[in-house]
Amino acid sequence: MKRFARVLAGLLSAAFFLPLTGCHGSRGLPAFEVPESFDDKKQYELTFWAKNDTNKIQTAVYTDAIEAFEKLYPNIHVNIRLYTDYGRIYNDVITNISTATTPNVCITYPDHIATYITGQNVVAPLDGLFADPRFGFGGSELRYDGPDADEMIGKFLDECAIGGVHYAIPFMRSTEACYVNVTMLESMGYDLPDVLTWDFVWEVSDKAAEKDADGVYAVNGQKTMIPFIYKSTDNMMIQQLAQRGAGYSTAEGEVLLFTEGKEGAESVLRDVASHTETGAFSTFKISSYPGNFLNAGQCLFAVDSTAGATWMGSHAPNSDISPDKFVEFETAVRPVPQIDPDHPVMISQGPSVCVFNKMDPGEVLASWLFAQYLLTSAVQLQYAETEGYIPVTAKAQNDPAYRDYLSRSGEDDGDHYRVKIEATELLLDHIGDTFVTPVFNGSASLRDAAGQLVENTAKSVRRKENVDGAYFEKLYDDVVSLYRLDQLGRNGAGGGEADGPLPGTAVALLVGIASVWVLMGAYLLTEYLRKRIRSSGTAK
Amino acid sequence: MKKLVAILLAALCLLTLAACSGKEEAKNDTAADVKGEGVMTYAEYAAAALDSEVVVETYVQAKQSWWDNKATFYTQDKDGGYFIYEMACTEDEYAKLVPGTKIKVTGFKSEWAGEVEITDAKYEIEEGNYVAPATDVTDKLGTDALVDFQNRFVSFKGMTVEAYDESGAAFAYKNDVDKTDDLYFKVSKDGKTYDFCVEFYLTGADTPVYQAVEGLKVGDVIDMEGFLYWYEGANPHITSVAVSK
Repeated sequence: MKRFARVLAGLLSAAFFLPLTGCHGSRGLPAFEVPESFDDKKQYELTFWAKNDTNKIQTAVYTDAIEAFEKLYPNIHVNIRLYTDYGRIYNDVITNISTATTPNVCITYPDHIATYITGQNVVAPLDGLFADPRFGFGGSELRYDGPDADEMIGKFLDECAIGGVHYAIPFMRSTEACYVNVTMLESMGYDLPDVLTWDFVWEVSDKAAEKDADGVYAVNGQKTMIPFIYKSTDNMMIQQLAQRGAGYSTAEGEVLLFTEGKEGAESVLRDVASHTETGAFSTFKISSYPGNFLNAGQCLFAVDSTAGATWMGSHAPNSDISPDKFVEFETAVRPVPQIDPDHPVMISQGPSVCVFNKMDPGEVLASWLFAQYLLTSAVQLQYAETEGYIPVTAKAQNDPAYRDYLSRSGEDDGDHYRVKIEATELLLDHIGDTFVTPVFNGSASLRDAAGQLVENTAKSVRRKENVDGAYFEKLYDDVVSLYRLDQLGRNGAGGGEADGPLPGTAVALLVGIASVWVLMGAYLLTEYLRKRIRSSGTAK
Repeated sequence: MKKLVAILLAALCLLTLAACSGKEEAKNDTAADVKGEGVMTYAEYAAAALDSEVVVETYVQAKQSWWDNKATFYTQDKDGGYFIYEMACTEDEYAKLVPGTKIKVTGFKSEWAGEVEITDAKYEIEEGNYVAPATDVTDKLGTDALVDFQNRFVSFKGMTVEAYDESGAAFAYKNDVDKTDDLYFKVSKDGKTYDFCVEFYLTGADTPVYQAVEGLKVGDVIDMEGFLYWYEGANPHITSVAVSK
């Protein structure tokens, strides 16, 4: 049961404000430099923090990769720790930075790395390793057939650079897709366009929300129907702003999310409000997973990651609903709704891999060798085929085995599940239409804030609150305050932002400690003065 | 002067100890619930529309998690259960909300994947204490009547452990590499099979129930207690398991 992953959205934002005590005032690690050679007599024990999508096949890909890697490098042992949520990885890394116990290799997002690197030399910069003729891309001393530098997809590699320095390598890439119940759509008299527009989705969703006096929806004959459900409302806001050409943030971290007026966030939120009111729209956080409603014939447009494609559709191999709740329908995969269908714009997302710096450069090199092994075609293809991910190297994308895999779309509802492969092809066809948001210290919080605007607006409408201009003004203030966006850049670090008032007991404790020190000082001073008076009296 | 410093240090130690404690004596109220002014009865709460504001008086039965000044609770009064999701609560307050504690909760009635809960809630502690006994709902399994017991502390008797999947294992880890997530298992009664869960945030890998489920074998006949959580159907969060056969 996946529900309490919801908690982790909170963890993610909260972790941003944990003090990075190891990052401030402490000396930190020396800057990493690529060692002259790799010592294959020395034993290295590495920790690898990985993420899977509650998918046991992905777990097997990691463990198989480790086993194969350890055969090639018998002096390197990799211990894996698995997470099902990026937020918890982020939280644990932050905690471990302060105790100098970071993992060696970690699956993460560039937004998170932007916070990690506020610590001194916490994350190893990889440019030197990329270019190293022995251990870099296509290096002469690698014991495996990794990608050459020109076989890395440049756009994905660029997403891992912060301030011109690469702190990660891409591992997998996905985007969002709109999974459509075509059978239901056509029953309403609509044809499915190649590219959905927001206007089309809202119009059809409003119509699908019509129900009779007994609460039965005309479109499905059931008492439950949410025509349009969005999984990641931060992406919903961010992509619409990009499609509208409205600001979100600058590369330097200036927040534009709230300053674009009615052309920006407010126009998105007004749509959210009006279509929540008709019953046409809801979100994952408010209702549940889009796929659960889609598969039960209770949703028309379900937006979720292409990396969640195996949960979507009436023949989905993964599901949280019981078999008797499934209904039969045709599923189509489309890009997320667009403002301008001739120029689609969509988010690029997916896991990247960073290498943490250590006192021993040899350990960092061993970590890099393992991280780079994850780019070999064997690992890339195995992992990509578990979901609607795409490999991040041209070498893997052009591998005959991968082309064969794609060509067999729909042969079965397992490895070649049609919806999964169509979701994969959606991104392969639109790599040039993808974008990422600027990465800076605090960008993870800004992303959370973008989603919070949508969630709060939808909730307020459901609760019959008055959603108008004054509401949005207050909402912006509340969200800025909640995510401390007014303090971005003030401290130059992910931690260290104002942490709010201390609890009363803590204040009393600190006052007590200070008082004791003052009294001890006073006592010592008094004793000193007494002795001086005595000794000066004796001398007289 | 030395004495004064010593006294202050001692006082400081006491202050520190006081800050770390929070234990209260529990006394179970046996009288029927009398609701305060403006507080809903369970029947009124059950009848309230989704997304409407609700005010209830209830008793903490178990705590699931705390983070970032939000906490999740299984609570119950003498008539029904209330799941309170991510209620505003400091860590110090969370420590005080031990099972039995009476709280007045104001929030919004919400539904997530079939689970009816109170969200965006605030609370105040009131006088009173009640720990609910487990209600046997074995004969309600597979019937529409089961949902009436949603969120209550319940028991299931004489259930047979079934193979969780094609591997034949009696249970499955959500995360089988380092066991830092939920456990799932299936049990049957009268030819029908049901999904059960050990919720990691409620009862983690170091708890007797987690370890007991890890020790189950297909064919074991077991009695269980837990909270009747809902996720796309009944999904009890089990807190104790005993093999009866």
